[in-house]
Amino acid sequence: MSLPGNAVMKEEVVVPSAEAAAPGPTAPAAAESRPPARSAKARDLRPMVMTLWRSVGIPAVAIVLFLFIWSRLSSGIETSLGNIPGPAAVWSQTQALWADHLAEREKRAAFYQRQEQRNAARLAEDPTAKIVERKYTGKPTYIDQIFTSLQTVFAGFLLATIIAVPVGILCGLSKTVNRAFNPFIQLFKPVSPLAWLPIVTLLVSALYVSEDPMFAKSFVTSAITVTLCSLWPTVINTALGVASIDRDLLNVAKVLQLGVFTRLFKLVLPASLPLIFTGLRLSLGVGWMVLIASEMLAQNPGLGKFIWDEFQNGSSNSLARIMVAVLTIGFVGFLLDRAMYGLQSLFTFGARR
Amino acid sequence: MTRTGKFFGAVLLAIAQLAAAAGAQAAGLKLEKEQLKLGFIKLTDMAPLAIAYEKGYFEDEGLYVTLEPQANWKVILDRIITGELDGAHMLAGQPLGATIGFGTKADVITAFSLDLNGNATTVSNEVWALMKPALQVDAKGKVVRPIRAEALKPALDKFRAEGKPFRMAMVFPVSTHNFELRYWLAAGGINPGFYSPTDVSGQIRGDVLISVTPPPQMPATLEAGTINGYSVGEPWNQQAIAKGVGVPVITDFEIWRNNPEKVFGVTKAWAQKNPNTHLAVLKALIRAGMWLDANNGANRKEAAQILSRPEYVGADYRVIANSMTGTFEYTKGEKLPVPDFNVFFRYFANYPYYSDAVWYLTQMRRWGQIPEGKPDQWYQDVAKSVYRPDIYLQAAKLLVAEGKAKKEDFPWDSDGYRAPTKEFIDGIEYDGRKPNEYLAKMKIGLKGTEKVENGNVVAR
Repeated sequence: MSLPGNAVMKEEVVVPSAEAAAPGPTAPAAAESRPPARSAKARDLRPMVMTLWRSVGIPAVAIVLFLFIWSRLSSGIETSLGNIPGPAAVWSQTQALWADHLAEREKRAAFYQRQEQRNAARLAEDPTAKIVERKYTGKPTYIDQIFTSLQTVFAGFLLATIIAVPVGILCGLSKTVNRAFNPFIQLFKPVSPLAWLPIVTLLVSALYVSEDPMFAKSFVTSAITVTLCSLWPTVINTALGVASIDRDLLNVAKVLQLGVFTRLFKLVLPASLPLIFTGLRLSLGVGWMVLIASEMLAQNPGLGKFIWDEFQNGSSNSLARIMVAVLTIGFVGFLLDRAMYGLQSLFTFGARR
Repeated sequence: MTRTGKFFGAVLLAIAQLAAAAGAQAAGLKLEKEQLKLGFIKLTDMAPLAIAYEKGYFEDEGLYVTLEPQANWKVILDRIITGELDGAHMLAGQPLGATIGFGTKADVITAFSLDLNGNATTVSNEVWALMKPALQVDAKGKVVRPIRAEALKPALDKFRAEGKPFRMAMVFPVSTHNFELRYWLAAGGINPGFYSPTDVSGQIRGDVLISVTPPPQMPATLEAGTINGYSVGEPWNQQAIAKGVGVPVITDFEIWRNNPEKVFGVTKAWAQKNPNTHLAVLKALIRAGMWLDANNGANRKEAAQILSRPEYVGADYRVIANSMTGTFEYTKGEKLPVPDFNVFFRYFANYPYYSDAVWYLTQMRRWGQIPEGKPDQWYQDVAKSVYRPDIYLQAAKLLVAEGKAKKEDFPWDSDGYRAPTKEFIDGIEYDGRKPNEYLAKMKIGLKGTEKVENGNVVAR
């Protein structure tokens, strides 16, 4: 089966050793392996300690070392906004952002209270007046920005999945379709989100016209940019997964004269699920990276815009706040990857194949 | 007085009271739209918007306003046109430029000038070092201000000798900053370059190459060496001092005393569809302007504090406070009083004068953005279709009726033209009624029927 040359994007799943050591939920061997482990603990603590050291100790030491080097190096670099912030400055800005979030929540509560009073006064004046509940008009807090980004990335990712999985299956099942799609996949896969963005922005503002739109235009623009960039890993891996199904299985399906849909849902999909999920994980990772860039450039609400605004503010706290955002982006990206990994092991039989 | 007379009087009084009450009722405008999104650029002259929000003036009018920072002026204009923004902090030249179709064509109007003055021109440390020996100093060794653009010549000569272009930045082709920078340079005998219909770079025959950079990126671009100087609003000149990347050489107050600056712009269609909402927004903005200028700027410190929040301008308080509290730091430590650096209400600052609009149009003509000569009447017609003092006065009238503003603070009888003034750096008199006569007085710049063709100024 000739698939796009670099189709094997199946990166080896990096599992922290803690998790590797813990019995997987699907592993039938788990129940059997438990009693011996316990007796081993009674006899000799060394393997336990070694596991603990490897899973917790080494990363902890590495992190401490990293923080140390960071705080040392940062104080030596002078920018026009002051020194590069060290861990302490970043931590204090994290607290500041949280305090800011709480203060803004209080302001929001006060806003709703004022609105209620105003509406009540209006009703007292004119009982027929139409009262509409207005949303809070204040700024989104840092926490709000994180959730906006998450919503956008999931919307884009969902759209990408809906398109990519069927296309991938078609490519995997038929060499003709694969050959037809291959040039496009090769051509568009390496395109950066920044190149798509102006086109998407213009298209969205031309085509998505309504008096009372359900989604903000900026949201649609970001989501579609994410879709365009995160399609490809899923398409390629799905195609590979489908194409590499055991020939025997397909032959059996032929002998049994299974219908198209039965074959698809009982055979093709289950057999290629592990690779589809590998593709989805990569797609979500790409989508998350793309989203930040597109928010920055298109001024769409979210973490990307937060960073851009802080850069434009140029205050003495800006660099530390941007650093908080960088760490948040990394952490959220990590959580997304773990979530996808969890899904993958839920949906595939026998963990990994 | 007879008994019936007394009774009649009482009835009349009661009717009058009722009418007064009804008047107060009418003051609560029937709003076409309550939820608004207004855009702004991170500059201190967006202050009236922030203050109207923070002090609850918008809410007093029953408006639910969200303020949203925008990336640059082009984005503001585009989003106003697409309706993503209801109104915005805009450059005075933007509604005019859009209406006459320089750049994006759209009908945008303004009924409110946000402020007077507030800009400055900054050069890099390298250029400042070249300028300094030629500057006049007084007995105390202080540099004599205003610094005229002639002082730039040693730097220009050195750049030319080394074969390097001298680059300066402003924020938008039709921005006040562009016209002020060009005015200053031309007054010093330096050609800032022309626009033509086929070459909109604005660099034709220029002794310096002027291009566009968004305001908040100015200090970083200067530091990177991409540009050698820039003209921008605050706090980005004070930021250059704070960061030590450049030196402000002249404020726009010194180029043209009390020049009109930003405006609050909306599309014509929006204004027609939402007349009461428009009035309500203006009322809130007028009150914000009053607050900003109240008691000789007693509130300015608080204003600077509000503006330094990340959701507004976001620069450090000390940087914003420099210019917002009536001073300006020219070189490190050299902080001079400029009490009128930002004017938000005094001197009828908010009244959208036709003569201000005409001045911008003359500058567009002078540098070729308007490629062909136009009769005086054309200037007046455009000004009157874009600048709308009638709407402004309507809002002011409502405020006076509510007792929230004083009658004498508004120029009720103005015909929309300021008195002719000579308060420019080169002393040339400007009369808004005679734009062509004004243009003819300029040494550098298009006048009469002149045109830019194939990179040359040709008379027709």
